[in-house]
Amino acid sequence: MVTKLAWRNIWRNKRRTWITMASILFAVLFGSFMEALQQGAWGNMINNVVNFYMGYGQIHQKGYWDEQVIDKAFTLSPQQLQEIEAIEEIQGVVPRIESFGLVSTTGMTRGALVVGIDPALEQSLTKLEDRIVAGAYLEKADKSVLVAEGLAKILKLGVQDTLVIISQGYHGVNAAGKYLIKGIVKFGSPELNKQMVYLPLPVAQQFYGAEGLLTSIALKIEDQDDIDAGLAAIGEVLDTSAYEIMKWDALLPDLVQAKSLDSAGNYIVYFILYSIIAFGIFGTILMMTKEREYEFGILIGIGMRRFRLSAIVWLEIVLLGMLGALMGIVVSTPIVWYFNKNPMRFSGNYADLLEKFGFEPIFPTAFDPKIFVTQALIIFIMTVLLALYPWFKIRRLKPVEAMRD
Amino acid sequence: MDVIKTKGVTKIYNPDKIPVYALNGVDLLIEEGEFTAIVGPSGSGKTTLLNIIGGLDRPSGGAVMVHGQNIAELSDNQLIDFRKDYIGFVFQAYNLIPVLTAQENVEFVMLLQKRSKTERQQRVAELMDAVGLSDKMDRRPSELSGGQQQRVAVARALAPKPTFILADEPTANLDSKSTENLLDIMTRLNKEENMTFVFSTHDQRVIDRARRVVTLVDGEISKDERRD
Ligand SMILES: Nc1ncnc2c1ncn2[C@@H]1O[C@H](COP(=O)(O)OP(=O)(O)OP(=O)(O)O)[C@@H](O)[C@H]1O
Ligand SMILES: [Mg+2]
Repeated sequence: MVTKLAWRNIWRNKRRTWITMASILFAVLFGSFMEALQQGAWGNMINNVVNFYMGYGQIHQKGYWDEQVIDKAFTLSPQQLQEIEAIEEIQGVVPRIESFGLVSTTGMTRGALVVGIDPALEQSLTKLEDRIVAGAYLEKADKSVLVAEGLAKILKLGVQDTLVIISQGYHGVNAAGKYLIKGIVKFGSPELNKQMVYLPLPVAQQFYGAEGLLTSIALKIEDQDDIDAGLAAIGEVLDTSAYEIMKWDALLPDLVQAKSLDSAGNYIVYFILYSIIAFGIFGTILMMTKEREYEFGILIGIGMRRFRLSAIVWLEIVLLGMLGALMGIVVSTPIVWYFNKNPMRFSGNYADLLEKFGFEPIFPTAFDPKIFVTQALIIFIMTVLLALYPWFKIRRLKPVEAMRD
Repeated sequence: MDVIKTKGVTKIYNPDKIPVYALNGVDLLIEEGEFTAIVGPSGSGKTTLLNIIGGLDRPSGGAVMVHGQNIAELSDNQLIDFRKDYIGFVFQAYNLIPVLTAQENVEFVMLLQKRSKTERQQRVAELMDAVGLSDKMDRRPSELSGGQQQRVAVARALAPKPTFILADEPTANLDSKSTENLLDIMTRLNKEENMTFVFSTHDQRVIDRARRVVTLVDGEISKDERRD
């Protein structure tokens, strides 16, 4: 009977009920959409940055990342490599040997990041081949190099020109070599565009005097949800006291910080949104309680305990909140899903900037049920708490006074 | 048996500010089966007295025994339960729960009493018949006339089989035909079921049909006449 009474009371003032439910619905919708957009944009951003070079995870010799010196190069046995490649969550293992060197041509020298890569594997993670603006991409057996466009311009070099690289190799050996430029790659980031030089892996290993050694293995993981499991599985294969297996967030702490800063800004917006909704709901509750004081007086008068009456009124509001929140989820889901499949596009300066970096200027929403459920739950809990107001009111209500209009 | 017994009941409103002496020592004894009208000029304390007898309000002084119970001794919840089980109320107007149908309104207190479904259904049918509204069981209060609403209220008051029924100006908002009709029902229930009624009124036609008339003036009983 309690539920029946509560249910009918909800529909007693249909317009008010609809308005209240609609405001809850919009709060859930707005909150979910904002959160989905935010998470989606960051997911996209991270995905871009990570696939740009880092990968979602990397393997190094223990201590490499702090110093990033070639002396911390390492090797994995073919069997270990095979086992890592066999891990389900990991779609690619991209070996590299990288260090800084000086590149020069007659009369001019510049610093550069000289990276040995496996051309095919590198392409699978970072799509390096797509960045070729002149010449051709590397083949596995090539002895030639790729040079970033900005660097080539400074050195006044082009395809088929020769480039001298010098560096300090493994354990202090002198590294020096002369290579033919096979292709020019262009990066949107001026920083990278001025310093990247790529060699095929065996050529680089020979150059650094580090045959068979790598400084890092970048991991290609397609689904972000697989990262932790994938890295954990590698931990089973490798001795973690000898190797470090790092996740993207440890590799890119600045990005993580920027993300949390951005979320903090959002909390203010949420706070305002929720406050507006809370006042709206509270207004409804206040009005409803006032209107029904007479009736409450009658009910207590004829023998209904206050607790029971309060429970009914509370249930009414909670049901209302639940309906609104559920409707919010129902309405948000297709909308967020749509913008997940058909991401919004940036335009203007920001889009140009992103495109320069080789990123697609889109704003996909994250389609994660957790988002809707969280938003709906927040509003629902808020309603549950606000619904305590009639409880206090009923506890103090004097039937005689309530019935005296 | 004494159904209601008051001794030196006083009621002072706003004792701290400007005190209003609403009742000034009321001794009243009401026995089972009585049909009593409380009359008196406006402001004489009728409503105050009925509220105190009904346990809706507490007296400032004196004692109230209802159904052999000193209601001053009851806690808030006990008093609510006491009202539920022993007292039927008919208020001046808007007695009914708007979202419940006539029969659900009548059934309501029995539900609070946790009576069985068969018992409830039987009693509702019987009472709706007694107040002549068997054909309007499923109407909401808003779909009933004022007189019909008051009849449902009487049925509701009777449903839990209370010791007596209190009615504060039950006919105040009714036309003369509905007033007659309601009084017929009350009189019949009084005679046939020996139900005790205590009601206040201004209406001479209602006073004429009471078997006992207690007149209040300035919070005191000035006259108490029986017409048996
Ligand atoms: N809550 C209250 N606070 C202060 N004074 C009150 C209150 N209720 C009633 N009174 C006063 O107490 C006195 C008795 O009021 P009561 O309502 O009992 O009279 P009544 O006989 O029922 O009058 P009426 O015939 O107009 O209904 C009046 O003077 C009234 O103004
Ligand atoms: Mg009165």
